[in-house]
Order: sequence, then C-alpha cells, then structure tokens
Amino acid sequence: MDNKELQKANARLVWRIVAIAVLMFGLGFAIAPYYDAVCSYFGISGRVNEASSEQTMQVDASREISVEFVSVVNGQMPLKFRAETSKLKVNPGQYYTVNYFAENTSDKKLVGRAVPSISPAWLSAFLKKAECFCFSEQEFEPHKERKMPVRFVIDPAVQADAKEMTLSYTFFDITEKSQTIKN
Amino acid sequence: MSVATHDDAHAHDHHDHGPAKGFMRWVTTTNHKDIGTLYLITGLIMFFVGGAMALVIRAELFEPGLQYVDPHFFNQMTTLHALIMVFGAVMPAFAGLANWMIPMMIGAPDMALPRMNNWSFWLLPFSFVMLASTLFMDGGAAAAGWTLYPPLVLQTGNALPFTVFTVHLLGMSSIMAAINIIVTVFNMRAPGMTMMKLPLFVWTWVITAFLLIAVMPVFAGAVTMLLTDKFFGTSFFNAAGGGDPVLYQHLFWFFGHPEVYILILPSFGIISSIIPTFSRKPLFGYASMVYATGFIGFLAFIVWAHHQYTVGMPIAGELYFTYATMLIAVPTGVKVFNWLATMWRGAMTFETPMLFAIAFVVLFTMGGFTGLMMSISPADLQYHDTYFIVAHFHYVLVPGAVFALYAATYYWLPKWTGHMYDERLGQLHFWLTTISVNICFFPQHFVGLAGMPRRIPDYAVQFAEFNAMSSVGAFVFGFSQLIFAYVIYKAIQGGEKATSEVWEGAEAHGLEWHLSSPPPYHSWTEAPPKEIISDLH
Amino acid sequence: MKKTLQLLTSLWSVIWGVAYAETGSGTGVGWGALNLPAGATPLSHDIHDLHMTILWICVAIGVIVYGILVYSLIHHRKSKGVEPAKFHENTKLEILWTIIPFLILIAMAIPATKVMIKVYDTDKSDMTIKVTGYQWKWRYEYLTDGLGKGIDFFSSLDAKSNEARQLGSKIDPTTVEHYLLNVDNPLVIPANKKIRILLTAADVLHAWWVPEFGWKKDAIPGFVTDGWIKVETPGIYRGQCAELCGRDHGFMPIVVVVKPEAEYKQWVAEQLSKKEANKVDLSKTLTLDELNAKGKEVYAANCAACHMPEGEGMAGTFPAIKGSKVALGPIADHVKLVLHGKAAMPAFKDQLNDLETAAVVTYQRNGFGNNKGNSVQPADIQAYK
Repeated sequence: MDNKELQKANARLVWRIVAIAVLMFGLGFAIAPYYDAVCSYFGISGRVNEASSEQTMQVDASREISVEFVSVVNGQMPLKFRAETSKLKVNPGQYYTVNYFAENTSDKKLVGRAVPSISPAWLSAFLKKAECFCFSEQEFEPHKERKMPVRFVIDPAVQADAKEMTLSYTFFDITEKSQTIKN
Repeated sequence: MSVATHDDAHAHDHHDHGPAKGFMRWVTTTNHKDIGTLYLITGLIMFFVGGAMALVIRAELFEPGLQYVDPHFFNQMTTLHALIMVFGAVMPAFAGLANWMIPMMIGAPDMALPRMNNWSFWLLPFSFVMLASTLFMDGGAAAAGWTLYPPLVLQTGNALPFTVFTVHLLGMSSIMAAINIIVTVFNMRAPGMTMMKLPLFVWTWVITAFLLIAVMPVFAGAVTMLLTDKFFGTSFFNAAGGGDPVLYQHLFWFFGHPEVYILILPSFGIISSIIPTFSRKPLFGYASMVYATGFIGFLAFIVWAHHQYTVGMPIAGELYFTYATMLIAVPTGVKVFNWLATMWRGAMTFETPMLFAIAFVVLFTMGGFTGLMMSISPADLQYHDTYFIVAHFHYVLVPGAVFALYAATYYWLPKWTGHMYDERLGQLHFWLTTISVNICFFPQHFVGLAGMPRRIPDYAVQFAEFNAMSSVGAFVFGFSQLIFAYVIYKAIQGGEKATSEVWEGAEAHGLEWHLSSPPPYHSWTEAPPKEIISDLH
Repeated sequence: MKKTLQLLTSLWSVIWGVAYAETGSGTGVGWGALNLPAGATPLSHDIHDLHMTILWICVAIGVIVYGILVYSLIHHRKSKGVEPAKFHENTKLEILWTIIPFLILIAMAIPATKVMIKVYDTDKSDMTIKVTGYQWKWRYEYLTDGLGKGIDFFSSLDAKSNEARQLGSKIDPTTVEHYLLNVDNPLVIPANKKIRILLTAADVLHAWWVPEFGWKKDAIPGFVTDGWIKVETPGIYRGQCAELCGRDHGFMPIVVVVKPEAEYKQWVAEQLSKKEANKVDLSKTLTLDELNAKGKEVYAANCAACHMPEGEGMAGTFPAIKGSKVALGPIADHVKLVLHGKAAMPAFKDQLNDLETAAVVTYQRNGFGNNKGNSVQPADIQAYK
C-alpha cells in the first residue's frame, strides 16, 4: 500500500470507529425512555402502569390476594401521609377504591408528586389503575388535609401462586422545582 | 492526520536524526516510543498518588476507632483511590505498553495516527490535576465511591461538575488511544504478519480497544445525565420526576463490567508473551487463546447486572445474570490451562518477569475462584458490598493487572533502555511485593465473610486483628514499590549492555527482539523480512 | 507429585478447616471471625450450605491446578538440564478442559437456582415491617394488625459507640460493648414467624443487612423492595448498612431482638401503652437548666454526628451551631429548621417529641458559648408544626 492509500484507509477506519463511539454515547440517553418502557412492561423496579380507563373483567371470586397499602414521605417534606386501610383482600377482576390522605403540616403551600411502587416487583404488571394521584403535581394548602383515591383492579391473568402484594406511594417535595418552572 | 510510514520517513529526513532536545521534545512529540514513555511515567506517578491514598485508608483502618481522618474525607479517599488507580495508573500504563510495543511487534515504523497519539496523552495530566483539585473545593471531592451512584453523588459540593468533566476528558483520551491502536493493527502490519500471527499482547489490546470504544461513551453519557439531573432539572435518576436511581447502576455497570476486562485483558496478553519465553517453548493453544479472549470480550457486555443482585431485580433477571456470569469461568479457565500447558515440560528459568508471571497465574486464579463464588446470586446476597468483594477485586487487579505490569516492565525494560536491570533488586522487589500483597488482601476475605461491610472508616472490634494485618501488608507493599522505581531509574542511567535478543531464545517469540536494544527512534523503517515472521511462534 | 499434593491439601484444609469449625458458633470473635455465619433463618442455612459447596469445589479445582503448576515448577526447570518439548496444541485436551468446567458450572447452577427461588418466596408471611433508611438511621414501622400495628420508631447508633467513634475521642473502642453494632431502639420481632421486610429509603440508597439472616437488600428512595426472615432462635442479631450512604455510612447499625411469641406480644402491648403515656405534658414549664440537661442528651444522639459534639460543624458540609445565625437569631426560625429540616438537614418533627425539640433548641441556644439565655417550652413547639 502506498502512503496516500494508507492515509485514506486510516481515515476511513477512524471515522467508522468514531461513529460507533458517538452511537454508544447516544445509546446511553436512548436507554432512559426505553428502560422505562421495559420496566413497566415486565414490572422491573416495581414500576406501575399509568392509569387507564375502567374495563370489565371476569371476576375470579375463588381467589383472594391481599394487598397492603404503604405510604412514604421522602426527605424532609412536612406532610402527614397515610392510607385509610392498611390491608385489603381482593378478588382478581374486581375494582376497588382505597383512599390516601395527606396533610400539609407547614405554614406554606406545598407541591408534591407521588411515585408508586409495587412489591414484589414482578406483580406490578397485573395491577391496573383506573384512577390514581401518582406522577401528577399535587398541591397542598397550609395545614389542610386532602383525600386522594386510588381505584384499581388486579388482572385475573395474575399467576396462580400470587398471594400478597404491596402498593406503596412515596411523596416527593417538588415545591421549589414547580415554582422555578412557573416563574 | 499524518501517517508515518517508511516512505514518509525517507521523504522528511530530519525524522531520521532522532528526537528533538529538551522539554519541548516531550510536549510536541509524535513518536510512539516517546509517547509510550510519557504514558508509562504518568502511570507510575499516579500509582504512587493512588497508593498514598490507599495508605491513608489502611492507616485509618489499622485499629478500630477514628484516629486520623474524618469519615467524609475517608470516603473521598476511597473514591479517588479507585478512580486514580483505574484511570490514572493501570489504563495509562497499558496504553504506554501498547504505544511502545505494538509497532515493534507488528513490524511498523510508528503508530498510524501520531498526532492524535500526542493529544490523547496530553489530555491526561490536565484531567488529573483537575481531579486532584476537587479535594480542595467547597464540600471536598466526590465521596460516593468510584461508581458515583446517585442520589448520594448529587450531594457532592462544587466538585461534581469537575469530576464529571474529568471523566469526559479521560474518556476522550482513552477512545483516541483505542482508535489509534485499532487503525495501527488493522492497517500497518508488515507483509506476512497476518491476524493469526499477531502476538497475544496485540490481540488482547485490539479487543480491549473495541471494549473501550463501546463503553467509555456510555459512562460519559451516564455522568452527563448526573450533571443535568443536578443542574438542569432533568429526572433521569430521580424517582420524583419518574426516573430511577437503578437506571444509573445499569448504565454504570454496562460500562463498568467491560471496564474490568479493559484492565485485565492486556495483562493476559503480557503473561502469554512472558511464559513461553522463559519456558523456552511455544505458547500452548494460540488459537484457543485468541478465541477465549474474544469470548470474554463478548461476555463482558451481557453480565453487568451481577453487580446489582441486591437491587431487587425480578428472579428471572437474577438467574439469567447468574448463568451468564458463571460462563466467564470457561474461557478464563482455558487461558489458565493453556499457561500451565505452556510451562509443562518446558525448560524454565526464573528471572523477575517470569516470577511475576507465575505469581499472576496463581493469584489471579484465586481472584477467579472468588469471582465464581460471587457469580452465584443467592450467595452474593451475603458477599455483596463486603470486604470479600474488596479482597476479590484487589486479587484480580493487584496481583492481576499490576503484577502483569511489573512483569512487562522487567521483561521489556532492557529492550527500552538498552541496559539490563538489577536482577537482585528485581527479585527482592518480587518477594517483598508478593508476600505483602497476600498479607494485605488475604485476610480481607475473612472479615468480609464474617460481616464487615466495605467503604467504612471504622469497624466493630472483632475485625481488628485481620484489619491490622491487612494494614501492615499494605504499608510493606506500598514502600516496596520504591525499589521498583529505583530499579527503573538505575536501568535508565546505565548498567550491563543488553543484547538485541535480551532473553535466551526470545527472537523466536516476537519481532521486538529483532531490533537493537534500545531500538531505533523509528522502529521498523523497513518491513521485517518475511522469513523472520513465518518463523515466529 | 503425590507429596506436593498432600502438602497443598493439608495447607488448604488448615486454612479453611479453621474457618469451617468456626461457623457453628455464629459470628466469631477476633481471629475466629473467618467465615459466613451459618445463621439463624432457613434462608441463611441454605445460603451458607451453598457457599460451602462452591468453596469446596473451588478448593478441589485449586488443588489440581496448583498441584500441576507446582509439579511443573519443580521438575521442568532449565537447571535440571531438561530439553524443552516442542508441542503447542492438543485439540482433544483443549476440548476436554472446556467441557469439564462447563459441566461443573451446571452442577453449581442447580442448587443456586433452588436457593434463589426460595429467597424470592415472600408469600404467606405472618407480618410485615416497613424499614426506611435515612442518613444515618433506620426507621421501623409495624404494619400488621394485632402484631404491633402503630409501632413506629427510629433506630440509631447507641450513645456510647457514638461518643467513642468521634475523631480523637480517646475512648478505647474495645471498652465499649458491641462497639458500632449497638443501637438506641432495636427492632423487636417474634421468633418462628415469617416476617416480610419492606425496604425503602428517604434520601439516598441504603442496604439492610443482618448477616445471620442470610441476605441484604438495597433500600431505594421512591421504590419498595422486599425480603423475608423467619428466625428460629430468640436472641439478639446485629448487622449494618451495606450500601455507601454518605459520611456516617459506617455508623448506622441494625440490631434485631428476637423474642418468643408471648414475650413479643407483651412487648407490643408495652410499646403501645408507652406511646399513649409518652404524650408530653404540655402544661408543665421547665427551668433553663432542666431543658439544657435534656437537650444535651438529645443533641448527642441526633445532632452531634454532623454538627460535631462541640457544635463546630464541618466547613463546607455541615454548618456550625456555635455562633451560628440560626442559633443566635429568632426562636421561630430555629425551631422551624429543626422541625422541618432544610437541604441535607433532616426534618425532626417525627423523630423528636415536643419536649425533646424544645430541649435541644434551648441547648443549642445556650451551649457552645452561644449563651442566648432564652428557653423554649414544650408547649411552644406545637405552634411551629
């Protein structure tokens, strides 16, 4: 190979490799939404599907699954957050409503966002919600309590050996963030 | 991009007069040996810097209670020790060896992209100065471990953007080095030097270079997301905004697992060069060595989540990653068996490079065993984040990667300098290092199994004896490395003249032994004769 | 060859034999702390057995590999005048040493899979406890009716360890009982009940680990993970946080007291009645000295880790209390900061009762040479909540 040809061949190879590197950098970012999709599909990390409209399902009265309701407040948010019932025995296919209550214990208006999580995580694909207060911004006036209902159903397609699951909501304080966005 | 070839060298005959003089020679150099030397010296300096941090850690852990440093500073030390050893010591040292040896081994005059070579080196000193400066910033350096897991890493003070920028620079540097190596090996081989004739060191580096190109950008992307989460309101890893901190762990280990192979594959290549020379026998199973390396490189991409068995993956995920990880034992075993078969019925002598190579085989295998134990996910629920893990990865990285670097240095130092090194000091260095490294890391298996978590500055009193032992080993190990530095200095200054072959019968094991010691400034200005290449084994 | 092998075998069995002998007695002490504890739950026994199986397989492979290596190193030396052989491949041998390890791996994967399935079987639990990781303490909430529902408390490093572990404390850790492995309020659970542990975190990642229960799991803010334990023998079990969570990661131990069922029920009743009784008498007015004395205790347990025992803080990370604007400024801002937190400062409204809050604020305003001279009464606190 003479010198010019070699230079050309080198340059070609360099650009090909650089293309791989750029592609991999982009892939990292592309994975984020893809990861969300995969996780909610398979229920990895206990992600919960977004609320969807109510469907009629075959109620399976022969099976009972006990669902626990858990509330968590992240960090230092001045919020009293609880579920009205701590445990409910449910039949797959039947819709239920459970209320969560949150009280702002501070003198300032609060904006929060609740993130749901299900444990064991692989059951999350079977918990379908018709009404939910998750992911959207929730405003709390000072020293006021608010009722937030969750309406859900367990898909009758759930594995036969599923007996227990936990639905948890974690409230995050996004007061500062939402104010900067508004301003 | 300029290309140095044999025609080129004749066209610009000032090239033939050797290096320019003075400081500017090193700043502007595009010569593969000069750049190799710069990389190797940087690696050695950073090895001492990272080592000093390790000694701060071991001094604090010498006895229970806090004696010397605040826990927050301790966490900065563990973080920087790891980042500096991985990116500052081992990776530059391997890049230095690649720069020095690859053109000589494949019959080329220089690297394919000499100017890019200069840039990729000179990014390093700046990034390490920046990383070190974070120690003096408000809130101190990053203290979340080298894995930089959010949300903890987002509590870092002013150091966060600088740490992230350091990672970007280091990533760019290693990607440029990797590009250079691939282009050199693919396009600059002498006639007759086919891919299946390449020395294993070259092969392992080519696979390493591909790993680097595939995963460094992913790491750069992940730390960029940390930065936007902290300063620009994104929520990649923030549950409040619909993100997930575990996503970072997946991205990190998608980089991190191949990264550990980036640190070990070139070592396999070095050991595969040294054992045949001192056994006076051809390497056993050359082809299976190449395939095994390729297979390890492939597996590197599909086993990452074995670092995350405790995050609560679905059981199918746990089991998949368990099986895939266990598979790594097969090609790694093939390598160890091949080395044993190379030594079998050889005529061995035990000069310092061979001693380090044998210690590598023994101690790396130890690390392999603990690695196999950790691949079993239910058992790892106990091992995870304990000193057992610390012992495991130090066994593969210190008597693994670092011993391979010692072996390589002793093996090629006479070639580089033209002088034999001091064999008695080399052997002293070997024995002190090998004994102390085991005193340092072996007891860590025990305290880890007995329940000592990693990354803690203070511990319950039942772990005191083994920790004291470990600290003594660490200090002996650390100070023994001064002998190593002195041996190198002495060989550069002078000593017994080395022949071009250096080691008895070495000519049969590689093209580098056909060049004078020290070799000419431009390695193979004329392609080596085909007969030499076809006689290599 | 035989001799070498024997030598190696005996060496390995000495090292690991000691380790093995120790396992029966749980977490050993001193030189005896060598191996995984056999543990106190069905899972921990299984995991321990699995660990020992893999360990012995590795030892066996090690003996063979190192045996061959040592034999070769002794006999195939140039100084013995041997002529090097010329062989460099042997397809049959190479296939053999690819397939045999593969078969060994399959043999290891089968028991591993069985144990993992068991680890994930959290069904049919008798009770649930929610565990939340905070920087740097644990919170335990009992969720099951009749088995402690309503009990909710924080658990942090005990005062003695905390005092001894300060930099330059001059206290010998060996004189502190269960140094770094003791807490103020341990988790109490009944023996022989299957307990589901729900894990989450309020700030950064943590991991809940008691070695004798056989597993650890990460606590992730915004997500809930779980695991189960069923402890066979009543007793006290100790563990630590296992995921780096910041400055005091090494100082948030876990202590679990396992009681027989009857004793457990008694404990639950006591806790619930204490909770009632603990409601602070807000009508009482305390003297400055009383408040300062109480406040000093509360400070040592809750504030000293970051703000330092002498209130000097840590430059750049944790502000000083000594001479601080907050401690010397308006009482309202000071109390609110303690109750609701700010940035890295946690909210203490759920952790301290009104008396403790009033006392610690008073102490901070009067200790460390701040000498404001004013006090805050428990009855005042409610107004700021």
